[in-house]
Amino acid sequence: MSDFHDAFAAAFSLIFGLNADLVEIIGLSLKITFSGVALSALIGLPLGAAVALLRFPGRGIVVVALNAFMGLPPVVVGLVVYLMLSRAGPFGILGLLFTPTAMIIAQCFLITPILAALTRQIIADLWEEYSEQLRSLGATPARAIPTLLIDARATLLTTILAGFGRAFGEVGAVMIVGGNIAHGTRVMTTAIALETSKGDLPLALGLGMILLLLSLAINGGAYMLGDMARRRRG
Amino acid sequence: MTASILPLVLDGLCFDARGERLIHHLTATLRGGTRTILLGPNGAGKSLTLRLAHGLLAPSAGSVRWEGDNAKAARERQAMVFQRPVMLRRSVAANVDYALGLRGTPRAARRPLVAEALARAGLGDVAKRPARVLSAGEQQRLALARAWAVEPEVLFLDEPTANLDPAATRAVEDMITAIHQAGATIIMTTHDLGQAHRLGEEILFLHRGHLMEQMTAETFFAGPQSAEAQAFLAGELLW
Repeated sequence: MSDFHDAFAAAFSLIFGLNADLVEIIGLSLKITFSGVALSALIGLPLGAAVALLRFPGRGIVVVALNAFMGLPPVVVGLVVYLMLSRAGPFGILGLLFTPTAMIIAQCFLITPILAALTRQIIADLWEEYSEQLRSLGATPARAIPTLLIDARATLLTTILAGFGRAFGEVGAVMIVGGNIAHGTRVMTTAIALETSKGDLPLALGLGMILLLLSLAINGGAYMLGDMARRRRG
Repeated sequence: MTASILPLVLDGLCFDARGERLIHHLTATLRGGTRTILLGPNGAGKSLTLRLAHGLLAPSAGSVRWEGDNAKAARERQAMVFQRPVMLRRSVAANVDYALGLRGTPRAARRPLVAEALARAGLGDVAKRPARVLSAGEQQRLALARAWAVEPEVLFLDEPTANLDPAATRAVEDMITAIHQAGATIIMTTHDLGQAHRLGEEILFLHRGHLMEQMTAETFFAGPQSAEAQAFLAGELLW
């Protein structure tokens, strides 16, 4: 019990003390997650909408693959990205292994299928409602892709948040491709894993609480934004 | 002046869904310049016929032929207003602007056209409001303004006032009359006899997927030939 009490006390002093190392770790976590999710959204949203609207050979396989890849095990993604980026791998020449860029790439592989699969479902449902009207106005399915993405923006924001949650709390893939190098690639989740295995529970717990609080703050902010947009746009 | 796409010839149209024939060998010629009403009880196949003519549905047999035989040109000279219009989640003005953009109107030329279209619908004051917060009647007027803005030669309307109260219905009917006077051919469905009276110049009476009558409104209301149409006019429940 006293361990736990000490841990909480240490965690609070850590949070309110805000030492430089902690700020650096939080900053890198946010940077990697935002970059990874932004990149995933740029790829996943148009991809999901295209799969929903366009008819092409092999479309069924793509839909199944996207749905299956939603649950990709992070360590496997980490391993694959590791192999591709390692010195002997096809992209080894770029020297990206154990850099934040490698971590962003791994996040992108994890999140893109989630965003694409959920977007496909959302846009397919919306197309049911809009199809006749848009076709009557003269829109081809390809032209309808941006229109539907814009009209589904409130729902898609929630989808992006789901991706954000997964990326922010992810440890397996970023540990493998980032290496948890202090002042280099150490992020909140890998730091928590490290401190826990070292037995420094107060630090681990403090980091964990900050992770939770940030997650809550970002989700809360996005919810309020979406709510405002809904009320304004009807 | 672009060549007319009318008359429209519906030649032996059939439409099947789930193994059931819903439209039976419908043949009709629709002339330009008139207000044609597809009349009949619910489930007569009015909306299906309209969608087949507009090209939203492909016939199971038969064909839809526009004058000039240029399908793409014909598509661009048509517009349709639905029973429940879909408004994009953007402003009233942007909804009209979007329709003009799809027809290839250059961005710079759209502004005055949008303003004119909204003024004709009496929606100038709410141009910047989100389209989805308008009342049902205002939304239907916006749908008409959006369709009118692209200056169609043929305007299809599917039960445009089915969900509206009398005042809103009046406003929509006035707009339909104005669009007709501006030169568009009107082809609309209704199950409302009063509306058919007020707007119809030519009547196509449908029952259970069969075209029963095609004649001028005057002749039709004076005394249709089929027993079904007589019963419908007499106010009997027909299905």
